This record gives sequence, structure tokens and C-alpha cells, in this order.
Amino acid sequence: MKLRREYLETDILIIGGGTAGCMAAVEAKTRYPDLRVMIIEKAHIKRSGCLAAGMNAINVYLHPGETPESFLKYVRFDAMGLVREDLILSMAEEINNAVHRVEKWGLPIKKDKNGRYMRRGRWNVEIEGEHIKPIIARAAIRSGTTVLNRINVTNFILHGNRVIGVMGFGVRDGKFYVIRSKATIIATGGAAGIYRPNNDGTCHHKMWYSPFNTGSGYAMGIRAGAEMTSFEMRFIALRVKDLIAPTGTLALGFGAPQVNAKGERFMAKKYAHLGGDGAPTCIRVYGPVQEIKEGRGPCFMDTRGIPTEKVRDLKASYLNMYPDLVLYWASNRFDPSEEPVEICGTEPYIVGGHCQSGYWITTQRETTLEGLWAAGDVAGGAPYKFISGCWAEGIIAARSAGKYAYSSSFGIIDEEQISQEEQRVFAPIHRYEKLRDGVFPEQMEERLQKIMDEYAGGVHVFYELNEERLLYARKHLRRMRGQIYFLVARDYHELMHAHEVIDRIDVAEVLVEHLLYRKETRWPGFQTRLDYPERDDFNWLKFVNSVRDRESGEIKIIERKYEQIVPGDRYLPK
Amino acid sequence: MAVRVIEEKCKGCKSCVEICPGDLMAFDEKRNKSYLRSERDCWDCMSCVKECPSGAIISVLSFQLADRGATLIPSIQGNYIKWSLKDSSGIVEEFIIKILEEVEVG
Repeated sequence: MKLRREYLETDILIIGGGTAGCMAAVEAKTRYPDLRVMIIEKAHIKRSGCLAAGMNAINVYLHPGETPESFLKYVRFDAMGLVREDLILSMAEEINNAVHRVEKWGLPIKKDKNGRYMRRGRWNVEIEGEHIKPIIARAAIRSGTTVLNRINVTNFILHGNRVIGVMGFGVRDGKFYVIRSKATIIATGGAAGIYRPNNDGTCHHKMWYSPFNTGSGYAMGIRAGAEMTSFEMRFIALRVKDLIAPTGTLALGFGAPQVNAKGERFMAKKYAHLGGDGAPTCIRVYGPVQEIKEGRGPCFMDTRGIPTEKVRDLKASYLNMYPDLVLYWASNRFDPSEEPVEICGTEPYIVGGHCQSGYWITTQRETTLEGLWAAGDVAGGAPYKFISGCWAEGIIAARSAGKYAYSSSFGIIDEEQISQEEQRVFAPIHRYEKLRDGVFPEQMEERLQKIMDEYAGGVHVFYELNEERLLYARKHLRRMRGQIYFLVARDYHELMHAHEVIDRIDVAEVLVEHLLYRKETRWPGFQTRLDYPERDDFNWLKFVNSVRDRESGEIKIIERKYEQIVPGDRYLPK
Repeated sequence: MAVRVIEEKCKGCKSCVEICPGDLMAFDEKRNKSYLRSERDCWDCMSCVKECPSGAIISVLSFQLADRGATLIPSIQGNYIKWSLKDSSGIVEEFIIKILEEVEVG
């Protein structure tokens, strides 16, 4: 195989053209029209990231009467009293503007007869969002942003502690890309596929979070020594069983409560003190998982009695976001007005959009690496951002990155760094060409997922954690790291898979260290420590952060203070 | 979970290869047809199904999860999407949903 390099440069570089990345590009190009803005995307921006199939609601909008402070109080309650309040407040300031902007680009938002947005719950707006991704991608392209699709970015180019560009390979053309930038925004999304998924075999990718979001943005930061926060706040979603489709549509849109196999409304009965069916997100997963574990499963969302015309609305709603659920119901001749919808918890995902795993950032969304900003699922500390919060972060990051790009020049590239990365990137292909044998990415993925599932609290152990099992996870992951040497790829598509699994191993190792370190149960369900079952505000009302040493690879834990900005009881939603 | 290319309908335009978020739609140059390179890796987002101008790609749920016989076919028509749903007993339902508001191009 012949190596081919392509050198490019831009003023602002955005890695990942998803929800946050597209908005960051539009903001950068609108505010700083004379700067060159470039998106690099692993897939194609028209349908990449979490929004490929569409979305039926914007889940954060400050309706009349709500303020950034009232939103913060709700998010703090939902995240069990520990969030970066400064980040939530700054995000909330931008959210409504972001939604209005996308509406102007053509997103159909449902309105009542007075022209007001139709609500679905306290923070939500109903939309006809099948085309939400093509709409924001079109806006990014029209803004004058250069878009490079099908490039898998693998590492930052560093000069000391400054990010001066990125390296990666073309998934289709096999070229090695070296891209210089003055300012860089990482917006690659979170990580699925670290744990063994709910479904296996022919439908192992039938999951809720995008299976193509494989934690590469986290991994690049980890390898570059960026500070990461709160990986231990894993996200486990309550979803429709088998199809792993969202349940918010059923709960918020159609008022369906959770029931167990005995028909008991266990959330109202057992978790009333935490809010019952309106308890924090982690408790709404913990509840049904406990019911199933204790022999009162399966559990359901009780949709029985929904009028026939509402069933049609429900299907239309899913077609805008998760169409295969409608096909699944039609295949199995399932009628949600007659039978309750079975639910389950998903594999644990690492995300900064629902939970708060990601880069430790300032209110300007600057990471701890100079010249690097983070937005969306890779950015930590600000949960409950969903789509509109990701847009808000994209906007904030772009503003700050643009200012920096004006006042700085390109860094000087060290050729040694480039050739080392080129060798690392193509090693699995070279190894296969030479030996025709080795470990295929799929095999390594299976082993990673098995270790994490069994020892680090996956679906099959009811997400439960204890020190001894976590130490086993650490040991097995270390052993597997040594096996990366044997990884092989037969083509560029498989090479992408090889890097996806390497990235997930990097994320998993950091995750295990975070899970080991927090010796309390802060988020039951997401982070249930059997050996430390209580919440402990006295000792643990703080952030667990980490930095991996660039040379030794050692993961060092750093504690960071929690600061309460908005007064009030941290465990109440108002 | 996967999609299936109906070969007689595939005209070889490669729109599905262009769009697939998982880089899973590949192209057989000799036969001038698209194909799914790995059934198990499909997310079933239906991007390729919606993008195909010839209606040559259909979604088929994995048998692990669903009975055979139902179909769900989207077709984008201007600012609307039409979904034709047929359940496994043959009952047909149609949905026409707006996807885009008219906006000034600028």
C-alpha cells in the first residue's frame, strides 16, 4: 500500500458535523465571515450523528415564565444535585435563540391556534423533525463552510499544550490528512458500544444512541492529556424493549405511567419521595431495573386506553424520529392502545448531552488544551442539553474560537509527530498485508464489551458496580491494550472500525478509573455502587476529573469543587 | 436489523453510498449495483431508504425481533414525507407529514 498525504489548512476547524458542529459552523461563518471555517466529518453531514433519522421534539426550550435559573434548578434536581451551574446557565441563555434560528431555516415547529409553540412537558416543544439534520446541514453549507465528508480524525497535532491541527485518514480514499488550524472545536459526539449492547448478533447495532458515535473525540482528548470530567455518570436510557426506541414520547406526549408485571405503578408507590413518575432520569431507570431484578418484570409503559386516533398520532410522532418502531409494531401486530409497551434499560453510554461526561471546559467552552473548544456530547459538566443545548454550546464555542483565531497564527508542525501518527493509523492495514492474520476489530469489540458488561456494570449485571469487579475490569482492559498490536484491517472501512475500537478502549479505561474513584452512589441506576450504596454529600459533592499522562499513559484523578450559584434545595425541581 | 437493495430497481446512482452514516452501503462496479456490506452494523436509520430516488431500498427488521410480512416505505415529496405502512396481516395505513417549511433562501 502506498501512503498518500494531503495537507490542508483553515482558520476554524470543527471536528464532527453533527448537531453541535453544524451550528458552530454557521455561527462562526456568520460572525466572522472573513475567517475560513471547515467541518471534517466521518460520515456525510446530511445524515450524520444522533439526528440521522430525525427528531420529534426539542427537549429544552424556555417557555414563558421560565428562566435560566429555573432551568438550572430543574437540571440540578435531575442530575442529583451535582452539575456545573455556570455551564448550564450560559447554555440556557442561548437556547431559545438557537431554536428560533433553526425554525427560520425551515424546521416545522408545531403551534397552537394562538401561534405559540406546542408544549410536551415543561421544557419541550413538539416538532415535525424528520428533516432536522438535512436542515442544519444545509445551513452549514450555505454559510460558506467547507465540508470534508468521510474523514476519520484520529489525533490532534500538538505544540506543547496547544492544539494546532488534526490528523486523520479518508475512509473512502485512504489518504492521510494533515490539517492545520488556528482554532479547533471538537464536536464528535459521545460513545456507544463500550458495553455489550441490549441486542446481539444480527441486530447488535439496534441501539438508541448512534452506534457510529464511538467516543473518538474523548479518546483524542485523553491521548492529548486533556482534563475530562464525570465519566462515571454513565447514561442508561429507559427505552422500548427490543427496538430501544425513546419513551419520552409515551410518557410526556401521552401520559403513560410505568407499571410492573403485577400492574403496580411502582414509581408512584416506591419513589414518591423522589418525584414518582417525575423523578430524576436515573431514578426512572433504577425503578424498573429493580422491579425486573426482584422478579416483578417485565415492566411497561401503560399505554392501554389511548384512543384510536391518538395511536395514529403516536405512530406519526415515531415516524419523525424512530420509524422502525412503527414497522416493529406492524410486524408483530402490536396495538399500544390494547397492550402496554414493554420497556428496558439500555447499555450504558458515555455522553455529555444527557449526562455530563466529557471535556472539562470554561463557560466559553474552552478545554484545558489551548486552541481547543468542546461542544455537544463531548463537552462535560452540563447535562440535559439535548439538541438545543448542543446548538447553544456550538454557538458559544464558535464565538470564542473565532476571537482566538483572529489573534493567533498557525503553529509549527513537528514532522516526527505526523509520521508517527501515520504509522499508527495504518498499522492494522500493513499488518494484514504482511501477515494475513491477526485480531479483527469485531473480535476486539466483543471482548471489550464483554469485559465492561460483566465487570463494569453492564445490562447483564443490572448496571451494578463494586470495587473488586471494577479492579478486574481494569486488569482485563490493560491486558487487552497489549493486544492492539495484533489488530488488523482488510480495507479502509475496517480500518475505521479498528480505530473506533482503539478509541473505545481508551474511553473505557478512563471510565473504569472514574467508577472506581467515586465511593458513593450519586446516580442510582447510572452509577450504583453496591459497596457504597448511599449518597454522601459530605465527602462527594464534587467532580471527579482525570488526565492521562501523555508519556506514561497513567490516568491521574483530580478532584474539582462544585459551586452552587443559584440558591435553593439542590434536590428539588423548582 | 438491516436494509435490502432490490437489484432490479437499483440504477447505480450511489446516493445510498454517499449518505449512509455508517459507511455501510458499498458499490459493486461490475454489476453497477449498491449493496449493504454488513447487515449487523446497520442502525436502521433509513437514511439510504429515503435518499434512494428509485425506491430500491427497503427496511427489513431482524427476525430476532420481528415477524415477517410488514413493510414501511417512506417517500419524500417536496416539503412532505409520505409513509406507507402495511402490517403483517395486510392492513394499510398512510401518513403524510411535513418536513420543511418554505423559507427564503439566503
